[in-house]
Amino acid sequence: MHEMGIVLHLAKTLDQTAADEKIIKIGRVTLQVGEVSGIMTDLFCDCWNYFKVRHPVLSDSTLQIETMPAVTFCDNCKKEYGTVEHGRQCPFCGSYETWLITGNQCVIKEIEAMTEDDVAQSDKTE
Amino acid sequence: MKIIELKETITASNDRDAEQLRQELRKKGTLLINLMASPGAGKTTLLERTINDLSSQMNIAVLEADVDSSVDAERVAKAGARAIQVHTGGMCHMDAGMTRNGLEEMGYEGIDLAVLENVGNLICPAEFDTGAGKKVMILSTPEGDDTPLKYPLMFRESDVLIISKTDVMQFFDFSIEKCVERAKKLNPNIIFFPLSSKTGEGFDEWEKWLKDAVKEWKNN
Repeated sequence: MHEMGIVLHLAKTLDQTAADEKIIKIGRVTLQVGEVSGIMTDLFCDCWNYFKVRHPVLSDSTLQIETMPAVTFCDNCKKEYGTVEHGRQCPFCGSYETWLITGNQCVIKEIEAMTEDDVAQSDKTE
Repeated sequence: MKIIELKETITASNDRDAEQLRQELRKKGTLLINLMASPGAGKTTLLERTINDLSSQMNIAVLEADVDSSVDAERVAKAGARAIQVHTGGMCHMDAGMTRNGLEEMGYEGIDLAVLENVGNLICPAEFDTGAGKKVMILSTPEGDDTPLKYPLMFRESDVLIISKTDVMQFFDFSIEKCVERAKKLNPNIIFFPLSSKTGEGFDEWEKWLKDAVKEWKNN
């Protein structure tokens, strides 16, 4: 159940960003989650919905998760292949001298945000 | 609404807390070790024997992290270490904030070696930086020499691999060579110590490494 721990940190990171950037409300939060990051996305969203109401800045936010493919590189034949399909052993030459290039990341790509300045400007136009 | 690009890892706040805690521990001369293993691998038994052997040479403290109960903290306190029990309340790992709270609650002035005995689990604790200076994992021989294949991240993240319960190795068809070969494939720099907390076999090498690590931590 490490999704709960990760969600806690995501909320904390976004709270900090909100304080730094004078953000009042956060809308859509876009995450990039690797195929082999070990995060169960539906469980992650459940945890998020449970936690977000406890953070005023995040209470109306929605989570959008982009799944990123996992790619492994073979040191022996210098080819790349899909990690999920083939695992540690290279499907081209059978070598185990392989390493993950990408696919275990868990990144906040971008957030949709309303800042104090946005509110001040919209007040002016009204 | 405007779009703000962040491109920051989700656990960035934890990574920052961990780095800050590590620097504070460095200034105070306290080496924090994150000790990780499955339930029943022998974390507490290893600590009891290590504390018995080393408590006359250095001040040792232990942070016992479990979902519930305080049996482990009572055991290591009896062995001669300052100890505190931390309850994670259902969570499967410790993070930097929880580690800091535990350390500050217990007090670590004058402590040379602090050990965080993490929740028994080979998956999640590997993913969270606690602020520790060194990461040590235990694999007990009944768990099998193929464990590195199943839980690679733990082996990749650890500085030291302790292979425990060597006294019963023969009953479990455990091969130290195979286990080390598999672990080194994941992490070429991993240092390993086969030992038995029951007979004391292998403890000299492990305790020497520990003493050197504490010395090195204080000197840098």
